[in-house]
Amino acid sequence: MPDQLIFGIEVLLNGLMAGVLYALVALGFVLIYKASGIFNYAQGVMALFAALTLVGIMEGQVPFAHLINTIFGTEIHHFGWHVPAVLAILFTMVVMVLLSWIINRFIFKYLVNQEPIMLFMATIGIAYFLEGFGDMMWGSNIKKLDVGLPQGGSFWIEENTQWMGLGNENFYGFFLDQLDLVATVVAIILVIVLIVFAQYTKQGRAMRAVADDHQAALSVGISLNFIWVMVWSLAGFVALVAGIMWGAKSGVQFSLSLIALKALPVLMLGGFTSIPGAIVGGLIIGVGEKLFEFIMSSKSIAGELFGFTIGATENWFAYVLALLFLVFRPQGLFGEKIIERV
Amino acid sequence: MLDAADGYVTEDGRKIGGVLMEMKNITLRFGGVVAIKDISFDVREGEIRAIIGPNGAGKSSMLNVISGFYHPQEGEVWYQGAKRPPMKPYQVARQGIARTFQNIALFEGMSVLDNVMTGRIRQMKSGLFAQALWKGKAEKEEVENREVVEKVIDFLEIQHIRKTPVGRLPYGLKKRVELARALAAEPSILLLDEPMAGMNVEEKEDMSRFVLDVNDEFGTTIMLIEHDMGVVMDLSDRVVVMDYGKKIGDGTPDEVRSNQAVIDAYLGVAHD
Repeated sequence: MPDQLIFGIEVLLNGLMAGVLYALVALGFVLIYKASGIFNYAQGVMALFAALTLVGIMEGQVPFAHLINTIFGTEIHHFGWHVPAVLAILFTMVVMVLLSWIINRFIFKYLVNQEPIMLFMATIGIAYFLEGFGDMMWGSNIKKLDVGLPQGGSFWIEENTQWMGLGNENFYGFFLDQLDLVATVVAIILVIVLIVFAQYTKQGRAMRAVADDHQAALSVGISLNFIWVMVWSLAGFVALVAGIMWGAKSGVQFSLSLIALKALPVLMLGGFTSIPGAIVGGLIIGVGEKLFEFIMSSKSIAGELFGFTIGATENWFAYVLALLFLVFRPQGLFGEKIIERV
Repeated sequence: MLDAADGYVTEDGRKIGGVLMEMKNITLRFGGVVAIKDISFDVREGEIRAIIGPNGAGKSSMLNVISGFYHPQEGEVWYQGAKRPPMKPYQVARQGIARTFQNIALFEGMSVLDNVMTGRIRQMKSGLFAQALWKGKAEKEEVENREVVEKVIDFLEIQHIRKTPVGRLPYGLKKRVELARALAAEPSILLLDEPMAGMNVEEKEDMSRFVLDVNDEFGTTIMLIEHDMGVVMDLSDRVVVMDYGKKIGDGTPDEVRSNQAVIDAYLGVAHD
């Protein structure tokens, strides 16, 4: 096989994996949007906050250490213990459930029946509050997150794909990051679980019911509050998973909250209300931007075809694609068709 | 006068039981507007009870009081022999009081089957973890509930649209799906808010038949609000008449029909 084709395939595979990570963030958006019609701007920050909390608990950090030290003149930073990853993840989940309860009890309870734009503004407020709060609680330094996930390229895959070069001497097998592979498996499991939950359980059905009509949901005996806390907790869980994956990949840092921006085009492609849509949208964006970059910056492909090459397309490709979707298919690939009777 | 313990037998031979629900001196105000003023009446087990009255008489407000959407400033609601504390609508629903809405409140994006299944929430007891693990009890429960739902769907003759998203259905069928959802809850009281509003004659006849059949087949106590005098008189055992938030008549259709205050409210009074 020619070099360019092999490289193209590798780009494609890596694009798929990047797409899975986008999809993980997008999934959190879909959950909350489905159940409450709220576009949760804070989803990215929730992932950041979850990752910060996880690292904090694992490392035995004292929460609000800087605040305490400044006020009382003490010098405490660590409890001096290390919590095993599994236990720390459970603790973090408890924190996320608590956070969901607080958000619903103190914010959304007072915004029932308000315009979507007001709810959206409220989530922007939550995003900035949570970012500052996370900073105050755990400090703003970049943290290393190691929950025992494998890192680096997979030698096994490299060795076992060498034959695919079909005699090409420059080819030593495909290079795939183990962490990305784990993320893919996790994302697939997560999506299957969420779909089964939404379609086949009583709580899932109640969730869809609440998303559709509040009044009707109440009249069949569904507690709106319970469903909202449940959904935000689920979104918190998805945020935690996304936080772990991104955190393990590039460290827990505050720019993590910006990955939420990449989830926007994913949602526009997949549709705001579709769980499978979030995944497919993520994959399309991931593969699309990597392949487009590869093709447009390659002298032997774009150079030959168009007579010029362009670079750094990864920055805008997703947004332009989303723009096209907004014009031609506003509900996205899998979104519920907007039916309106007059 | 009837006493609470025993009931009566209707003209067509149905046995009506004791008092199931009683409204005592209900007053509901919105700011300075009095929507319901000092109204009392009872609902007996197995009967079809109607509230009629001109537009703005406070009929829907009364239904909303019963189903917990509104909370009256004064008065008491007695249900199954006990005074009911102020409750949220979902708690009322879980007590076995199901309702439909005047302007239809269905889950438009969900299929007819799923819509009707939501009516079973009261009966589904297994918790989140049992559901998540999808084993034993939860599975059995789902199957049992599905059976009841299929029966209701058959009963209301909506088998052919089971898998259709409700958003695509015409008005008359939506009304029927809403009734199915309420019925799936196997309610002790079924509240129908203008079940025939906006329907043509044929659809009205169908709906009337279903209301009678439901009462007959399951013995469900039904309370309905209706504009159409003719329909109400044919359907109901006893009728409450409201006007400007006050009760102006209460009794069998014949009694109500000959009540001068009712005639005045519906036909207007000559001011001479």
